[in-house]
Amino acid sequence: MNHWLTAPVLIPLLGGILQAFMGYAPISLRRTLALATTVLMLVSAIVLLVLADDGSYRIYAFGNWQPPFGIVLVLDRLAALMLIMTAVLGLFCHLYSIGGADEGNRQFHALFLFQLMGLNIAFLTGDLFNLFVAFEVLLIASYGLLMHGGGTIRTVPGLHYVVLNLIGSAIFLISVGMIYSVTGTLNMADLAVKIPEVSGEGLNIVKAGGMMLLVVFGLKAAILPLCFWLPRAYSKATAPVAALFAVMTKVGIYAILRVYLLIFGDDAGELANLGMDWLFPIALATLAMGVIGALGSGSLKTLVAWQVIISVGTLLAPISLGSEAGLSAALFYLLSTTWTVGGLFLVSELVANQRGTAQDRIITAPKMQNRTFLSVLFLIGAVAAAGLPPLSGFFGKVLILQSVQSGTEMAWLWSVLLIGSFLTVIAYSRAGSIVFWRTVEGHLEKPDPLNGRISVAAGALTALAVVIVVLAGPITRYTDATAEQLHNKDAYTEILQTKMVREDS
Amino acid sequence: MELVFALVIGALTASGVYLILRARTFPVVVGLTMLSYGVNLFLFSSGRLATGEQPVLGTAASYSDPLPQALVLTAIVIGFAMTAFVVVLSLRNLADNEDDHVDGKQPYKSPAPEEEEVTGK
Repeated sequence: MNHWLTAPVLIPLLGGILQAFMGYAPISLRRTLALATTVLMLVSAIVLLVLADDGSYRIYAFGNWQPPFGIVLVLDRLAALMLIMTAVLGLFCHLYSIGGADEGNRQFHALFLFQLMGLNIAFLTGDLFNLFVAFEVLLIASYGLLMHGGGTIRTVPGLHYVVLNLIGSAIFLISVGMIYSVTGTLNMADLAVKIPEVSGEGLNIVKAGGMMLLVVFGLKAAILPLCFWLPRAYSKATAPVAALFAVMTKVGIYAILRVYLLIFGDDAGELANLGMDWLFPIALATLAMGVIGALGSGSLKTLVAWQVIISVGTLLAPISLGSEAGLSAALFYLLSTTWTVGGLFLVSELVANQRGTAQDRIITAPKMQNRTFLSVLFLIGAVAAAGLPPLSGFFGKVLILQSVQSGTEMAWLWSVLLIGSFLTVIAYSRAGSIVFWRTVEGHLEKPDPLNGRISVAAGALTALAVVIVVLAGPITRYTDATAEQLHNKDAYTEILQTKMVREDS
Repeated sequence: MELVFALVIGALTASGVYLILRARTFPVVVGLTMLSYGVNLFLFSSGRLATGEQPVLGTAASYSDPLPQALVLTAIVIGFAMTAFVVVLSLRNLADNEDDHVDGKQPYKSPAPEEEEVTGK
């Protein structure tokens, strides 16, 4: 039992409840408290990262119930990595929103913190049904955040997003029911023990349940046939919200990693590596679709939204191959791409604010005021996203390319990834050169000057691409250890042996 | 009992899916509700259907599983809240676009052919 594990859940929960009751307090007070909550959350994530780095599993059992019977939170290296990624992204998005985007809705900070709470529960939980509840918590907050900012443009994408996710939740429940009806448990560690023993007519039910679960996680991660809701919803959302949503697709990827490596892993008997042979071609098709969308996008935010889909494809391809090196490479790229995409969303919004009615559309417009600052930020973001040296995206992609063993998979992955990256470079250079260089003479109404908070937030988030390169050594060591830990299923199932009541008492 | 139960779940899910595929928000909302009813019943049945059995702590060899009931309770609460939200969102859609089509407007129809231009010579 380690009580630190509840900190990333309790801090945003308490902070969010406080915000919910403080809707009419002065905005400066609300902002200070909200930012303090996010900073505290980051501190707790750092503590958990240090704790998890020794490679052992720590659990927190609610109500002190022995694991298969009660709900547990489980901390391992992967969970800690996701927590720190979310906390850093959340902090910069929050800082940006305090620059003015949080006005107009008294509950913005509450929703933002509840969203972070839902993400943290999803990363920490060791129970399949609790994962469903975490998905619902983060989705309910995200519905509210997506609609934030007023105006009518968000209604239709928001409606699509809500309806799709409600259908996804229904499918999630059906698959959970199917798995429970055969195994009689929903604890992930217990499932990992019981699934290999399933045989007979129960086998097909679990198989169907497992595949439906892949559909749900695929909808969250936005893989190909289920990705068309994403560009419209993300490009219409307010910038800090869109940047925070960059981590939402990664929740789907995290769930795929967790469930399919642990429960349907290599030694799951007849159900070993369920669905992974489907995932590889789908991942490559998602990557190709994202590149096509990026080439055809008409505004900066849509371009970045398609970049989210590109990165999902790039991440899932090595994950579906299942090698340890591929997993480690994918985790490195995950860190890099999430922060980069978040930064690009913030930069696009800054650009849009400076261009009057041209907004962030990729068209010629009068010259911007802070053109140099913004174009450098966009350049860094675009280079990191497209995977050009010397920034973090390049190293992520090189690690992914190195991780595949030679064969048909290598031929497919190398060709799709390299051609895709090349076309992404074209998409970014086209967008950047039109927006920043092809300006016309003209008069623009003087835009609000860049204030400190939003420039710091956007700049710092983008500059993390450089920080990742500087820290590439320690990060690779950590992701290697994470991949090794993920492949060692027995250590995870040992949490079932944890004694909840001391023997001597 | 199993057959009736399965038929009810099937009918609810089928009508729910049919209604979700409609083009107006009202049938979509009703469809989502029916789908969630079907899912709740399905989840309930995952602990096996049994009548008059003791709960898990009883002395009998067969017992009724209490866990699916806890799961269903959670699912009902979440489903109810989500239905309320989606109703409000559909009303907002209706108000914003003056149309309750799920895409906010009717799909594009080619305009009626214009009347022939009268050209004076």
